[in-house]
Amino acid sequence: MESLYFLIPIAMVFVVLAIKLFFWAVNTGQYDDLETEGRRILFEDDAQKQPIADVDREK
Amino acid sequence: MTSSPCYHCGLPVPAGSNHSVVIEGAARDMCCPGCEAVATAIVTGGLDGFYRYREKQSERPELAQPRDRWTAYDLPEVQQQFVHDWDDGNKMAALLIAGITCAACVWLIEKHLGHLTGIEKVSVNASTQRAQIVFDPEKIRPSQLFEELERIGYRPAPATAANRENVIQAEHRAALRRLGVAGLGTMQVMMFAIALYVGGGSGGVGEFEHYLRWVSLLVATPVVFYAARPFFSAALRSLRARHLSMDVPVSLAIGLAYGASFYATVFGIGEVYFESISMFTFFLLLGRAVEMRARHRAGLASGGLAQLLPMTAARYEGSEVAHVPVAALEEGNRILLRPGDTVPADGEVLEGESGVDESLLSGESALQQKSAGSPVYAGSVNGDSSLVVRVTAAGKSTRLSAIERLVERAQLEKPSQVALADRVAGVFVAVVLLAALGAFTVWWQLEPGRAFWVALSVLVVTCPCALSLATPAALASATLRLQQLGLLVAGGNLLETLPSISRVVFDKTGTLTRGEPRILKIELLRDGWSEQRVKDVAAALESQTHHPLARAFRAWRGNLTASQLKVHTGCGLEGRIEGLDYRLGRADFAAVLQPITSPRGEGQWLLLADTSGAIAWIALGDRLRNTAQDAVRQLGNLGLSVELLSGDQSSEVQRLAFKAGITHFRAGASPEDKLSHMKQLQAENEKVLMVGDGLNDVPVLSGADASVAMMSAADLAQSRADAILLNGDLQVLPQAIALSRKCRKVVRQNLAWALGYNAIALPLAVCGLVAPWAAAIGMSVSSLVVVFNALRLSRGKVPVENTGSQMSGLESGLAD
Repeated sequence: MESLYFLIPIAMVFVVLAIKLFFWAVNTGQYDDLETEGRRILFEDDAQKQPIADVDREK
Repeated sequence: MTSSPCYHCGLPVPAGSNHSVVIEGAARDMCCPGCEAVATAIVTGGLDGFYRYREKQSERPELAQPRDRWTAYDLPEVQQQFVHDWDDGNKMAALLIAGITCAACVWLIEKHLGHLTGIEKVSVNASTQRAQIVFDPEKIRPSQLFEELERIGYRPAPATAANRENVIQAEHRAALRRLGVAGLGTMQVMMFAIALYVGGGSGGVGEFEHYLRWVSLLVATPVVFYAARPFFSAALRSLRARHLSMDVPVSLAIGLAYGASFYATVFGIGEVYFESISMFTFFLLLGRAVEMRARHRAGLASGGLAQLLPMTAARYEGSEVAHVPVAALEEGNRILLRPGDTVPADGEVLEGESGVDESLLSGESALQQKSAGSPVYAGSVNGDSSLVVRVTAAGKSTRLSAIERLVERAQLEKPSQVALADRVAGVFVAVVLLAALGAFTVWWQLEPGRAFWVALSVLVVTCPCALSLATPAALASATLRLQQLGLLVAGGNLLETLPSISRVVFDKTGTLTRGEPRILKIELLRDGWSEQRVKDVAAALESQTHHPLARAFRAWRGNLTASQLKVHTGCGLEGRIEGLDYRLGRADFAAVLQPITSPRGEGQWLLLADTSGAIAWIALGDRLRNTAQDAVRQLGNLGLSVELLSGDQSSEVQRLAFKAGITHFRAGASPEDKLSHMKQLQAENEKVLMVGDGLNDVPVLSGADASVAMMSAADLAQSRADAILLNGDLQVLPQAIALSRKCRKVVRQNLAWALGYNAIALPLAVCGLVAPWAAAIGMSVSSLVVVFNALRLSRGKVPVENTGSQMSGLESGLAD
């Protein structure tokens, strides 16, 4: 049970880190637009670099 | 009639319309040239993936405007309002883009603009509808940005309210940070609290008790001093205003419980309540964050009054016409209004004759004929031909600004709704404080050492749980549910006013109706002509005008081409198609040789004729929204009276009211009339819900007990309404009212539960019989019951149709 004297402070450190991380995320605008960013990965990004004809053939 | 919906906007494709675009290997039908042009622009840009990614249909675009429409935004005076310097000689334009429906729109805009030379960076935020575009002023002009956005079907405007936006963003981020701290803190403290509860029963953690208390104190401190700060400052404000709001008991409970727990921790006596403090803070913040998000979203979508006016005007300087910013206009200036221009200032017509659309100001749907000497008002739209106007009032003295002042006045006089929780709070706080004080004095006599702790446990056991969770949890849950239904709640008290509404007042144009003319009927007068042929000819004749009625024909535009088009203001049009001369318009104009009278029937009748006589009658009119009839019936089932209040003079009002099933209607009401009518209703003890969309409705929207604006409404109307109907589906209204009644029921159940629980817990606490662990468990269970009860609101269907009469019966039973 004495281990609690170490474990709880360690847990506190993690909580502080988590809060810091959260603050950083909020302050850099990660929560400003909750809809778009989650879907962005689904959009093909390379359509621009390929000639349009190639894109058509892929379909 | 209709085969398939338009691939771009999802509206039905009218028969005989020949617009289509090849998208992803198949020809897709389009409903109008506007959609066709936009879809073509998207496909030729190689961005047809947009149609795969999107989750919602796009908005139906307006037809492309004259090419020089945006050039005004290149003027330096205008640019400085929305373009700022960026790094390396680049500039950043802040734009407000209307028509963004989902994440795929963001993709489309970023990709499309990204392809252009001179664009460095594009970032679009779908929830605020704002775009920031970094561009190289040497290679591209701001007006080109506007043009390109319009080409792919969006309606751009400069985001001039950027400062306010920053404030909102900062506020939003601060709320999130507080929520995060409170949430994480609560989790930690709860964990320690469980250990303490167990210890309290068995004594097994005895040696750790002191330690765990100190850790809890450490974690709860930022929760109280950082996360809960808004409650303290709000409570202070409300005390200064000599008013007991919900924030007062909340702050009192948090502050006293924290102070006492702190004392208990330091001196190792009494009880600690850190977990309760953190939990209340977290739940309260959660409720407020949800509410604030909805309010901000509604506020951001509007650019306010200024956006109704153009940014520049064409002013005569000698005989030359120069584009100047609207702010530079002064009384006495002469300005030129081209067809389709928005009037920038109030004035008097000097030369020319034209029909002007004043529906924004008066709600009147027909064009007003203007000739030399007639007044024109800022915010109205010039119809069919050019006018020269002498400015009589600009800026703050225009009629448009006068309407805004009317709005402000109406808002001040709005019947103040005291939130249910606030009303209860006043009484409840008094009772709890008296009980605590009483317990303290009694115990002081009996056992001075315990007096303080008993008084404190009275406060903690009762105060926050009952009030701070019962109402907000239900309201937050119902607000989210309404948003899913398509009603964005912006005003805080909407859910508390909706259940007591007794009368729903609709505006006509754009609210009950689509706000767009359509062909109601065609009566052929000559053999050998088909309805389709009539539509094609009329569409060709109307192809070049900005007349509002021309929109009825745009689906068939391009099937035939007309030449030598000529507009006769106030009468109609003429033009040559396939070698024959045609006329379309008023009967006495189109068929000069053999005047005939128009058939009787609904709508506005136009006559199509050629040189040898009349060909066909075409009836044009506005159509009811599909859901209007059902919505009116369901509102009736809920026991509400429905009324139509329109600024329109025409007999259309009667026809549409009849069709929608509304028996009370009033036509030709000015904004002032509407407001006084509303006041009169309120004086008769009616609670009024106003549903409207135009600028002329804004004063009424502000003055009504509750108000809903359509998504397509003027920005100002949206910003002044309590809620915005996102999808134009009027049936959401009866659902919302049913839900709000259910919400009120849940709030009452919650309050009853909380008060009942307190009625048992309070005497026990006063007697000093409640063990801390029992109080904590009781309180947690009580909170959970309240929260789960509230969550019922966000699930399941909203019963409107079948249980209508039941609901109203239940309502009268509940009403006190």
